[in-house]
Parts: sequence; C-alpha cells; structure tokens
Amino acid sequence: MYSQGLQDAKGGPEPEGLLKAFQKRIDNEEKIEPRDWMPEAYRKTLIRQMSQHAHSEIVGQLPEGNWITRAPTLKRKMILLAKVQDEAGHGLYIYSATETLGITREEMTRQLLSGEAKYSSIFNYPTPSWADMGAIGWLVDGAAIMNQVPLCRASYGPYARSMIRICKEESFHQRQGYDIMTTLARGSNAQKKMAQDALNRFWWPALMMFGPSDKDSKHSVQSMQWKIKRFSNDDLRQKFVDVTVPQAEHLGLTIPDEDLKWNEERGHYDFGEIDWDEFINVIKGNGPCNKERLRARQKAHDEGEWVRKAAEVYQQNQRDAA
Amino acid sequence: MNKALEHYLLRLADTALTQSQRLAEWCGHGPFLEEDIALTNVALDLLGHAKLLYEQAAEISDRDVSADDLAFLRDVDAFKNPLLTELPRGDFAYTTLKQYFLDQFNVLLYAALKDSQYEPLAEIATKALKETRYHITRSRDWCLRLSLSTDEAKQKIQAALDDLYFYTPELFETDDDLNQLIAESIMPDLSVLKEHWQGQVDELLNECQLQVPKSGWVATGGLRGEHSEHLGYMLDDMQFLQRAYPGCEW
Ligand SMILES: [Fe+2]
Ligand SMILES: [Fe+2]
Repeated sequence: MYSQGLQDAKGGPEPEGLLKAFQKRIDNEEKIEPRDWMPEAYRKTLIRQMSQHAHSEIVGQLPEGNWITRAPTLKRKMILLAKVQDEAGHGLYIYSATETLGITREEMTRQLLSGEAKYSSIFNYPTPSWADMGAIGWLVDGAAIMNQVPLCRASYGPYARSMIRICKEESFHQRQGYDIMTTLARGSNAQKKMAQDALNRFWWPALMMFGPSDKDSKHSVQSMQWKIKRFSNDDLRQKFVDVTVPQAEHLGLTIPDEDLKWNEERGHYDFGEIDWDEFINVIKGNGPCNKERLRARQKAHDEGEWVRKAAEVYQQNQRDAA
Repeated sequence: MNKALEHYLLRLADTALTQSQRLAEWCGHGPFLEEDIALTNVALDLLGHAKLLYEQAAEISDRDVSADDLAFLRDVDAFKNPLLTELPRGDFAYTTLKQYFLDQFNVLLYAALKDSQYEPLAEIATKALKETRYHITRSRDWCLRLSLSTDEAKQKIQAALDDLYFYTPELFETDDDLNQLIAESIMPDLSVLKEHWQGQVDELLNECQLQVPKSGWVATGGLRGEHSEHLGYMLDDMQFLQRAYPGCEW
C-alpha cells in the first residue's frame, strides 16, 4: 500500500489505523487542519512545498522590483508597485500558513539564505528590459495561476485558504502583464522588438516553472494521493501552452519553438523539448542571477537586523513599563 | 492665477512623486516583510497623490501637456520639490525621519487645503489627508521605536536628525506666486503652519530624547528649480524610457 514505509518524526512506523483514517478524510475532500493528526511525511512535504512557494514570492519581488523606479508612466508605476507589493503579501500569507505546521519564519528565512530551501527557478533570470514586466506578468503569473488554482483545493486547510486569496490577485497580475505586452506589440518597431525579445527569453523558463517532466518527478505520486497536487507537471504545462499560444498569436508575437504546432488528433499543441540541463543547472544555483538574488535577500536581511532588534526591544520595554 | 496655481500644484506633485520614488526603492529590500509592505503602501499613496496633482496641473496648463509629460519630461531645473524629498533613501532611520518630517507637514497642510477656495485642490487634499493620517501614525511610532530601544538604533536616528534637520525649513518657503495664492485663500499661510509643525516636531523629538543639531547648511531652492546633485540621478532613472523612446505609448 502507498502508506507503507512512512516514518513518524522519531523514525518509527506511522500507526496504520491513523494513516488509514487520515487518507479517508482526504479521499472525502475533508480539509486537514493544523491541530489534526497528520503523518510526519505529509507535514514535511507541505513545509517543503509551501516554504518554497513563499520564498518564490519574496525572491520574485526582485526581478520586477528592478523596474519600479523606471516604469514609464505614472499608471504603470502604480500598477507595478502594487503588483510587487502583492507578491510580498503572498509571501507573508504563505509563511504564516506554513508556520501552522510547526516551523518559524526565522527558520524558513535561514533555509532560504543558506541555499537549503529552493525557490522557483524563473526568478533567476534577469529583467534587462521593460518588456520583461509584460512577459513576467503574462507568462510567469500565468503559469503561477495554472499551478495555484488546483491548490485552492489542497487538502491542507491553511494552504488552500491562502491560495484562494492569492489566486484572485494573480489574475490581476496576469492581465496587467498581458496589457503591457499588448501596448508594446501595437507600439513602435523598437517596442515590438522589445516585446518579442522578452518573449524569447521568458518562454522556456516559464515552461520550466511546472517542474521536471512526469517521468522524472520524484514527489508526484504521494503528493497526488495526499491531494496537495491535483494534476501532473506535464498536464499543467500542456494546459499552459494550449492557453498561451493563441494569446501570443493575438499579440502578433512568435513563440520561440520551431516544433510548436497544433495536433488535431490530441487536441493539444505539440511543443519542443525543454532544455533540462539548463533547468537542473539553474535549480542547482547556476542560473544567471541566482547569486544576485540571494545576495539581495541577504543584504536586506542583514541591514534589517538592527531594525528588527529595535522593534523587539521597544516592545519589551513597553511591556515592562505596563 | 493659473500660472501661480500650476506652479503650486507642481510643487505639491513633485514633492509627492520624489518622496514616493525614494520609498519605492525599499520595495523588496525592507528590513522585514511587514515593513516592506508598509513602506510600499506609503509609496503607493504618495504616487496616487502625485498623479492627481499632475493631472490637475496638466488640465489648467496653457501648454498641451499630460500628467505623464509633467512627471517624465521635465528636467531638474523645472522640478519644484524641496531638497528633502530628493535626498537618497539612506538607512531605515534616515528614511523614517525624513518621512516623519514630511508627514507632519502634510497632515497640517492637507487639513488646511481641505478648505481651499480652489475646489479641485480641496478635493485632492481631502483624499490625501485620510492617507497621510495613517502615514504619520506609522512614521511617528517608528521614530519612538528607534529612539527608545537599542543604542545602535538611537545613534542611527540621531545621525539622521543631524543630517536632515536643516532641510525642513525649506518646506515652508514661499515666493510671489505662492504669496498670491495665500492671499486668495487657495493655500494656507505657511508661516502659521510652520509654528504648528515646529510645536509637534519639538514635542516628538523631546519624547524621543533626541538632540536637535545647533547649526548646519539650511537647504533652500527647490521652489526655484535649484536642486542638490541627487535629483538628476533620480530623474535619469525615472525618466529613462520616456527619454530613450520619445513619443511612445506605454
Ligand atoms: Fe504571487
Ligand atoms: Fe503574481
């Protein structure tokens, strides 16, 4: 049976009766809440997945934050600033939801900064052009929506609820990105070129956001059984391609994949093979911006140290005085 | 009157925009997540004020300009913000104190502008006042927190005060145009505002046990388009796309 071999926190076997009852609740689409019994492996898997997700929101502030001071109009500046702020808010909800599993935000931050914890590989690509703000909103938030909508029904209550809140904002993010692309694609030749160039650079990394191909995905089967994953990586990726190709056509932009074509029989687009070596390399820390991103997070953390300390001491003083 | 009014609307708009621009630099780099979000909130509110003010200035201008033209196509010598808001963001203490000085000014200013004889400005002030009241609660609390906690924080906010204090008199500067608007009750008498501002600031600095510096260079010039070296770099960054690709829609 699937649950055989699961170990509790002390390395002993999980009690069979509890495991069965737990799986039954999940099969009945009941939500698991923080105080409910759960297998240690379920808790650990969630901590890994959720903290990765939270870290992605926070590191994800950086490539777009890069253009806040340079956004070309007051309106675009407001939207971008609000968008990047939303991502910080997402990080905050998800960190809080993860804390219900018995890990602190400090510990999660430590894991991020030490490189133990991962975050989405997409944020290790640079944003040299304004059009990247369009491509990220359109493709990256678009891919995030594909990933996150099913998570609104994840079996762990706090995770599912945070996803419901977040998904509403993600669709606004996707629309504003597409709107930037539309404006550029209808603009001057230089702007069109800018838009096409951003699509060229972000297309493949966006496809990589769905994770390794199903045949190489080590966490998938158990996560599906626990309903913290509802669709396979490849299914979600296919869905993303199917939705996005017509959007690119509508923009008059070309997706940088010679193998991309509609397959009448399958009712889906066929597309080329992802460069998995690149994917693995970026995950390992060797993407174009991995070091910069972590350095920026580390710097903010270090420079904020005295501020956090001051807030803590002040609060303590207030308490002592009361 | 329109020329004086446009001049004053730009003074207010440029102040809000430059302050917002500096705060926005914190986005993604705040000392902790909640504060990252809070700093960005203030930046967004100020940007919203700037947008309304530029729109109004564009509407009454004799020149055929948009709000974006005013923000993105004027050079340093046309910007009218006080030097305080163009100073670099500095550390968190510096940002906090700079924000407090401006919040304290804005709270009094917008409360008065709410009754402006110029209706569009009164409307903008009403909206801005609500948000500014929230901002000052926050910046005031942080001044206290930094001053009355650790030695390190106290030393940093004292250093910020030493640097910033003499940039504040400029907030109250007027010129012929502004004096005309004051006479017409379109804007309040800034010398009266200054007394209130000084009272509130003295009270807080006292509570914070901070020492007001005895002397320093007293900033001046923003209203006349005379700025520090910092503004050029800020505009360079902010106006890059509009300058590099003129005449485009974005
Ligand atoms: Fe997000
Ligand atoms: Fe997003």
